[in-house]
Amino acid sequence: MATVASRAGAPRARGRALSTVSSRTSGRVLTTALVLVLGVFILGPLLWLGVRAFATGWTYPSLGPDGWTMHWWQAVFDDPNLVSSAVLSFKLAFVTMAVSALVCLPAAYAFARFDFPGRRFFLIGLFATNAFPKMGLFVALASLFYTLGLMSTFIGVVIIHLMGTVVFMTWIPAAAFAAVPRAYEEAARDAGAGRFTVLRTVTLPLALPGILVALIMSFLASFDEAQGTYLVGSPDYVTMPTQMYSLVLNYPPQVAAVFSILLSIPSALLLLLVRKHVMGGQLAEGFQIR
Amino acid sequence: MTATTPTSRAVPVSMPSAASADEPAVGGLVLRKLHKVLGGRAIVDELDLVVGKGELVCLLGPSGCGKTTTLRMVAGFLEPDQGAVVIEGREVTGLPPERRPTAMVFQNYALWPHMSVYDNVAFPLKLRKLPRREIRAQVEEVLELVGLSHHVRSRPARISGGEQQRVALARALVQRPDVLLLDEPLSNLDAKLRVRVREDIREIQQRLGITTVVVTHDQDEALSMSDRVAVMNKGRIEQYAEPAELYRAPATTFVGGFVGATNALVGRVDAGGREPVVVLDTPDGELRVPVASTNLAGRVSSAADDTVTVRPEDVVITGLAATEGVSATVDRVIPRGHFTEVVLLLAGASVRAYVDADAAARAQPGVQVAVRLRRALVYREGRLL
Repeated sequence: MATVASRAGAPRARGRALSTVSSRTSGRVLTTALVLVLGVFILGPLLWLGVRAFATGWTYPSLGPDGWTMHWWQAVFDDPNLVSSAVLSFKLAFVTMAVSALVCLPAAYAFARFDFPGRRFFLIGLFATNAFPKMGLFVALASLFYTLGLMSTFIGVVIIHLMGTVVFMTWIPAAAFAAVPRAYEEAARDAGAGRFTVLRTVTLPLALPGILVALIMSFLASFDEAQGTYLVGSPDYVTMPTQMYSLVLNYPPQVAAVFSILLSIPSALLLLLVRKHVMGGQLAEGFQIR
Repeated sequence: MTATTPTSRAVPVSMPSAASADEPAVGGLVLRKLHKVLGGRAIVDELDLVVGKGELVCLLGPSGCGKTTTLRMVAGFLEPDQGAVVIEGREVTGLPPERRPTAMVFQNYALWPHMSVYDNVAFPLKLRKLPRREIRAQVEEVLELVGLSHHVRSRPARISGGEQQRVALARALVQRPDVLLLDEPLSNLDAKLRVRVREDIREIQQRLGITTVVVTHDQDEALSMSDRVAVMNKGRIEQYAEPAELYRAPATTFVGGFVGATNALVGRVDAGGREPVVVLDTPDGELRVPVASTNLAGRVSSAADDTVTVRPEDVVITGLAATEGVSATVDRVIPRGHFTEVVLLLAGASVRAYVDADAAARAQPGVQVAVRLRRALVYREGRLL
């Protein structure tokens, strides 16, 4: 009886398997198509940029560049202005990241652990720095900087850069701190650790992924900042992004391509470094703190 | 387990404690008029408790009764509004948790996920700046004590719940605390494991002679592992007694209802006759159920508004109704494994009886059976007379 049933059932089962296979295949084709379209949209411009940086010339009707050359790279590395702007960009990004961490991490811890009056107000208020058109803010700041003598100073530029990082540097670590269960800290206190030891041995290591993401986001935000830097820093403090303005105007487009590739190297490297954590949703979780 | 007796702590354990005159000259833990208001409500209400040295005491109560709050005040995570916490004769109220001679096993164990099992247990010793070899010896010893000598290099997330519990216990014991605190230590374990672990905890506690306070809402847990149980309700201790006494003579109706099952009867005890009886009012007049013993001294009868309680195992089915005694109707029969629970309708009210297999065989739903009571307790205004 059992064998009869299984024999009768077998072809039907196979038919069902076939139909699921075919629907799975069509699903896969659709997914592949979507991925390809997305890939072209995202990678297309980058590819174009990459090719262009090595092209002698590339004009509309021709599908490929006219010829290959390293001339533009040579031009960029030979130009002392361009090199010094790169150095300045890195210096600024590191200083901004460090100052931002020093100021914002304690605040983040406070937001996560203490319920003080106005906590929500300040937490939401941090978004104000990102809520208005940046240019208006910078112009207002510039007039303030004139009276304070901060125009065309390193500190002035750092202050401008800090403004773009406080939201990252507060919200993401605050969520990371808040995600550390209090019981972990209490267990450490119970074991004999003082407040500072608890912070050093338990809270900070556990919040580290979130803090790392915030550090990198800050670094990149500073590295990328152009408008405010241009307004407050120029002509004495010219960073890579502000250099782009004059490059686009004064050089053949291939130099701009070279420069923008150079500009994106740190971002790509850093994001690759913390890919696991960023993908792990630290960034998304960062904006869920209440 | 000689090396697990306190050596690293400054206070010698054998020294008589320097307790003041109004305190019993025991070591252990003394809570004096402990009071804590949270959210406008007295969560812990002028609570007094003495835990003798080497004793294991359970704080038992429903959620929100203040047992965990009390434990946290002993550990130092909460400061009492009033009152004092005294450990080994030394007042520790106001001291931060890291300076109290207590160690806690947290409900969710609170093992640090970024440290290995070994590092979790070694952490308290590293803070005490012990030499590396000494730390190693002590950690290995305490891990062996809790029966966890493997997995020491694993992260806590990679071991089972029962093993995590042991690590948490080891981390507390390695501190050689004067008072060990356990917050719902078994609530995250499955039923089988729970019984084994509570026996293990009790055995280790007795072996080390360590003063221990366990918070639990599980009466089985409290009765089976404690020297004494403090039943808490609304921030106060309703009764503080040995498990057997707690079950035999619950001081209040709350304790009677919370520890074990009980039948609360609307009626009174008439002890005036040859044999005491529980008198129940029915539409057809009084029903007089004979009871072998009560808590009424002499031949006193209880008042009309007193509460009479009877444990289900003290409700005895003596036979079929036709033959003898007061009859009740069998409503439901619920097999409970090693005994059978029979729900009887007695004078219109449900009364539960725990009976053995023989009695259960006679008790079919709808059948009239004869009942008598073995023991009834009378409560006046909620308190045992």
